[in-house]
Amino acid sequence: MASETSTLPTLEDALTLGLTREEYELVCEKQGRPPNQLELAMYSLLWSEHCAYKHSRKLLRTLPTEGPHVVMGPGENAGAVDVGGGLACAFKVESHNHPSAVEPFQGAATGVGGILRDIFAIGARPIAVLDSLRFGEPSGARARYLLDGAVSGIGHYGNSIGVPTVGGEVYFEQPYEQNCLVNAMALGLAPRDELMSSAAAGHGNLLVLFGASTGRDGIGGASVLASAELAGADGDGGEGADMRPTVQVGDPFAEKKLLECSLELLERGLLVSLQDLGAAGLTSSASEMASKGGVGMDIDVAEVPLREPHMEPFEVMVSESQERMLCVIEPGKLDAVLAVCEKWEVLGAAIGRVTGTQRMRVLVGGELVGDMAVSALVDECPLYDLHPLKPTGPLYKPPAASLSLDATPREMLLALLACPNLASRRPLFEQYDAIVQSRTVRRPEQADAAVLALHPAPGGADGPVPALAVSIDGNGRRVAADPYRGTLAAVLECASNLACVGAEPLGTTNNLNFGNPEKGHIAWQLTESVRGLGDACRALDVPIVGGNVSLYNEGATGPIYPTPVIGMVGRLPDARRAGRLGFAAAGDEIALVGLLSPSLAASELAKLCGQQLPDGLEEVDIDAVRAAQNAVREAVRRGILASAHDIAEGGLAVALAECCLAGGVGASVRLGDDFWQAIGPAAALFGEGPGGFLVSGERDALRGLAEGVPVRAIGTVGGDQLRIEISETIAGQSVAMSVDLNQLDGAHGALGELFA
Amino acid sequence: MKFGVLQFPGSCDDVDALLAARRVGDAELLWHGERDLGGADAIVVPGGFSYGDYLRAGAIARFSPVMESVIEFAGDGGLVLGICNGFQVLCEAQLLPGALLGNANRRFTCRQLALEVVNADTAFTRACVGGEELSVPAKHSWGRYYAEPETLRAMEESGQVVLRYAPAQNFNGSLHDIAGVCNEAGNVFGLMPHPEHAVEELTGSTDGLKIFQSMRLAVEGAQV
Repeated sequence: MASETSTLPTLEDALTLGLTREEYELVCEKQGRPPNQLELAMYSLLWSEHCAYKHSRKLLRTLPTEGPHVVMGPGENAGAVDVGGGLACAFKVESHNHPSAVEPFQGAATGVGGILRDIFAIGARPIAVLDSLRFGEPSGARARYLLDGAVSGIGHYGNSIGVPTVGGEVYFEQPYEQNCLVNAMALGLAPRDELMSSAAAGHGNLLVLFGASTGRDGIGGASVLASAELAGADGDGGEGADMRPTVQVGDPFAEKKLLECSLELLERGLLVSLQDLGAAGLTSSASEMASKGGVGMDIDVAEVPLREPHMEPFEVMVSESQERMLCVIEPGKLDAVLAVCEKWEVLGAAIGRVTGTQRMRVLVGGELVGDMAVSALVDECPLYDLHPLKPTGPLYKPPAASLSLDATPREMLLALLACPNLASRRPLFEQYDAIVQSRTVRRPEQADAAVLALHPAPGGADGPVPALAVSIDGNGRRVAADPYRGTLAAVLECASNLACVGAEPLGTTNNLNFGNPEKGHIAWQLTESVRGLGDACRALDVPIVGGNVSLYNEGATGPIYPTPVIGMVGRLPDARRAGRLGFAAAGDEIALVGLLSPSLAASELAKLCGQQLPDGLEEVDIDAVRAAQNAVREAVRRGILASAHDIAEGGLAVALAECCLAGGVGASVRLGDDFWQAIGPAAALFGEGPGGFLVSGERDALRGLAEGVPVRAIGTVGGDQLRIEISETIAGQSVAMSVDLNQLDGAHGALGELFA
Repeated sequence: MKFGVLQFPGSCDDVDALLAARRVGDAELLWHGERDLGGADAIVVPGGFSYGDYLRAGAIARFSPVMESVIEFAGDGGLVLGICNGFQVLCEAQLLPGALLGNANRRFTCRQLALEVVNADTAFTRACVGGEELSVPAKHSWGRYYAEPETLRAMEESGQVVLRYAPAQNFNGSLHDIAGVCNEAGNVFGLMPHPEHAVEELTGSTDGLKIFQSMRLAVEGAQV
């Protein structure tokens, strides 16, 4: 080894970089000597939780990943499913939680940039972005600062790069106050047989780095920021402010050029393999390419185009500068590759070679400065068992009450519609371009899932228009109440959303956002949640094709709600029949489909009333939910429904109000004794639980909706009021409420003032 | 009838404009670094973020080689349509009067809007009827149309105000609710809303098609 032997880093340096004493000793053993500074930096990143999944990998192995539609499963940059017509849809969700908690605009922007690179790294053109966000209550200044920054950042990146943001979700809960969640999901399309692998191959082939130059930004992002608890992220001169240099700065224009350049390189058949640079930069990208291909690599950092002079070799290797890609090419194609880079005004440089040594060797102008076995770096990080311990008491404080349990149903409905978790998301989603690329058939608030035509601007002939549907969902509060059933419900909810537009699910991705897994109660949440995720995906026959784990989401004020975020992609045969959520025509009948068994446990209403989370949710009848989904999906596909909406947060009454508002028309509903007597009127109106759908259509059509699935006619569409009546057979329990549409609309628009 | 759709680094709605134009004629993309307009009968400067919109929206694209040819083409009376970022480019190139400032609501906003056809007697609106409402989406952060008062007065008098936002639709704060304007000669037209995103019922509306159809009518009328 040429340099630095006189100033070898110590155990203390390793601890600062996030390794444990045992891990440092194992590194020394793998190396056969103490690592130098560069080697230690590379190990500390690749052996971080963020890169190595060392607390979650064993659990993730229990998840179902195979199915008839899977084209690419977990392990590549993104998963992919066959969507017909010779096309594959690549998709993945990823988190950028801690960067966003430290610097929300750039954190969220680069989160979008990172997930888009994952999609085009496998050769797919990104066609849509969705996001899943969690903040503290918006009455708090920090939550509003994070919300505004994150939403602006997502828009800044997605809008500028020409990929529509077609959907998403946001919830506001106190446990996310310090540690917000920013998860971004992207979808892309590629010819089914032309998906690109990241596995390096071909002894003597060249390694070409292209895209932005490499600077000192984002150093240590994957280890010290992403793989540790968040301390003092409020940034008032505390540790949060110190962490800001670990957050990268995004340049969507650079990424737009990088995207077009990458796709043109692939189209011309110039690449052997392709990989994006994300967490841990060149270190992780090169090592993973080498590991997948079972080869070695020599990288000369002197060849890397730098943003600033005098960068140390380790800085070049771990920089998380954005908008960069790494590819392996045959030596004879270098000129052609660089010509494409030049066309798109993208820097390109050959920085190394594929070798047969199975070692990752780092050089500076030919001088060796680091030498590690690829397998030690990538595959031999110790994996840890979790030690789950079910908590004996509540982990979370009850929310502050803003509504009395004695309020009238009318007051409850208006309070629910106006509460931050249920109010219209229009002030957020209007900040995103939802229509670029000319394939968005259902925009936000038009249907329960976004619908995207497989081919842009599909019009013309009258034939069917094949389309994709996509939904992202996850209710952390319900998972906190019951990690197993709450997660199960989140997966079911996604599939229900797809059913409402007429889509069958093909595959899922997930982002598991949890606290510190070294703590027993968090380990328990994670273990139970993954069990629910696996059971739900198996029950629905929807494999998991990729995902991400974000741990250590907690700070001094405690852990976040356990938040598995589920993204699901489905297919529908004809976008012309894609379902809508709004009531359409006066006189249409309204029916409840499915075995709705509403409960106020962990509901929005319970939250508004300040109730403590229950210990456990009611059992879910997955088969009944699936049967109802099938019935609704088939009815939508047959074109017999005017509207279809899944009953979710806020229960039946809120779902009715949403259908009225989306359609701009009122409704009159009457609930019979048998529906509510056992549970009481509040639970009947506002209780939550999976499996119920609200549909409307012509009376005769609804009669023949489905066999073996409960269908109950409850009212008719029409007028300019929502009127709900509960039969008055029991004294003191009678309920009848009427709310004008404009009052519903006023309440539903409550988030507007956050962005005024 | 052939449309040429410009493509800058950072163009986002270039392919959308291409597909929209192909519904009424032939169309091809024209690379920013080339000067050859490929024999196009009309030019579309599309939406997006040309050169990242760095410096100022449209300010860099205006100096690209292809724009030199477009300026010459417009000088010879050729039809040029600028959509959103393309409108900004045409204002920067001084092919159109006025400028686009930051939205009054200070945010990027994507919304389906109702537009009023103020002047149906132009090469870009002759397939419309005066006073007709078009449903077309807009999506931008720099769309507040501004011109000096005397310029505005002259434009109103000479029929250069072609499209206006219908009542309660002007979220960006454009003066006189202006959504689209043409030059004095009537052969260059810019608008902030996106007619290329209103060419298909499935994705929202077909009203924007009338802009492209009008251009075809104008080109073919001129050829007869």
